[in-house]
Amino acid sequence: MTKQFGELASRTTRHFFGDTAVLLGRSLRHITRSLDTIITTTIMPIAFMLLFVYVFGGAINSGSDSYVNYLLPGILLITIASGISYTAFRLFLDMKSGVFERFQTMPIARSSVLWAHVLTSLVANLISVVVVVLVALLMGFRSSAGVLAWLAVAGSLILFTLALTWIAVIPGLSAKSADGASAFSYPLIFLPFISSAFVPTDTMPGPVRAFAENQPVTSIVNTIRDLLAGQPAGTDIWIALAWCVGVLIVAYAFAMATYRRKIA
Amino acid sequence: MTTDTAIRVQGLQKSYKKLHVLRGVDFEVARGSIFALLGSNGAGKTTVVKILSTLLKSDAGTAIVNGFDVAAQPAKVRESVSLTGQFAAVDEILTGRENLVLVARLRHLKDAGQIADDLLARFQLTDAATRRVATYSGGMRRRLDIAMSLIGHPPVIFLDEPTTGLDPQSRLEVWNSVKELAGKGTTVLLTTQYLDEAEQLADQIAILHQGRIIAGGTLAELKQLLPPAKVEYVEKQPTLEDVFLAIVGDDDKDATLATTAASAQTSKEQR
Repeated sequence: MTKQFGELASRTTRHFFGDTAVLLGRSLRHITRSLDTIITTTIMPIAFMLLFVYVFGGAINSGSDSYVNYLLPGILLITIASGISYTAFRLFLDMKSGVFERFQTMPIARSSVLWAHVLTSLVANLISVVVVVLVALLMGFRSSAGVLAWLAVAGSLILFTLALTWIAVIPGLSAKSADGASAFSYPLIFLPFISSAFVPTDTMPGPVRAFAENQPVTSIVNTIRDLLAGQPAGTDIWIALAWCVGVLIVAYAFAMATYRRKIA
Repeated sequence: MTTDTAIRVQGLQKSYKKLHVLRGVDFEVARGSIFALLGSNGAGKTTVVKILSTLLKSDAGTAIVNGFDVAAQPAKVRESVSLTGQFAAVDEILTGRENLVLVARLRHLKDAGQIADDLLARFQLTDAATRRVATYSGGMRRRLDIAMSLIGHPPVIFLDEPTTGLDPQSRLEVWNSVKELAGKGTTVLLTTQYLDEAEQLADQIAILHQGRIIAGGTLAELKQLLPPAKVEYVEKQPTLEDVFLAIVGDDDKDATLATTAASAQTSKEQR
């Protein structure tokens, strides 16, 4: 009996990785065949970057030599926040078209359907982030960070993307319309504006400052900014890590609960 | 359970909040037969299919598919069935061939490419194989949808309103595919709101009304429920469907012939 169960379990695990790989291949084709989603994801953050560096930047005293260097971490978070709305949108389309149901009635590892969307989100957002960083380089962004610091930046961005993607899964599964599926990302895109992403928090009035300094974006932005400047990130990196992991766990739990309710 | 019963449903109940969709549904489907669940919109047909294909859990009652209980052994049921839902569940961004390969790989079959090519040929989709499904017509989508359901030769196939929204030719094509399947021993459970579809295809018909099966049996048995046939003399006119199919024809050659004949007749009339 135990042996049988073990065999079944190992078969399910093997299927999980195989099925996730097959479904990941499918969603990646969606990305490569509609590159416009990458373009629309990156256009807004790039526009913000141009606006803030060339229009407002001269009047902002960021205490940093280069405002592009100061601004980029926040812009990257905005890029990811707008990119995950496409994850919700793609999931919504699968739900609506019946493709999701077709997969659920097949002898596959069922959760691989969700994981494929999550991994696709990761790939699509990394591409967008690279595009934005390249534009920033053209605008004069320079970093003295070493390989380890860059890896830490990549790790933070991946963790941030995963946390936000699992949030995106919830409206993707439960939305009634395509607009509803992607509307949840607007507050997430707005969050960096009330943080240390664009201006130092110490010029803000009391309550705003208190919010700005204690919301997740500030610690993540500060961590990435320090890492890119080749400075030690201090306690911010641990606060950032705690925020990302905390949001990830809560969002994952809610997403899985929504998923189970949907496939009852 | 006898081996020649593919599906056995007993006392199936399902409610959405206060709405009682199924109020105790019972039926049996013999292996290798075509079973039609007939009912108007909202009768609960789709709910029955969703429970049988493990997408929904019933509130009460049992359902056995291919010898496996849908509640207790859902994974075994999923290996035995295939669902073609009410709307063609195809990936629009992929090509027709990629859709088939995707399903074959998810069913863990070898030679996914070969399986795809065979099905494309069988469903007359070879020419459209490398086109994105977004460019397909409704009939082509439905054919692809059914082709996807046949991959891996599941012994039981559910077709939820397979011809809703199709033109008469595509409808005939779907009917032929269904008959061919049953001829090869596959059990087919189809839901429909079209009486002629049930009459044409089904070995057994069950009428689902307000959450209960109110009548069931073969077409002949159902006919016996009504007063005996009486002989009437009726002038048989061709139906519009007969006319449409005769004029449009199955291929271009027939169509040309029909047009020529028609124009010949017109010119005669003009003279």
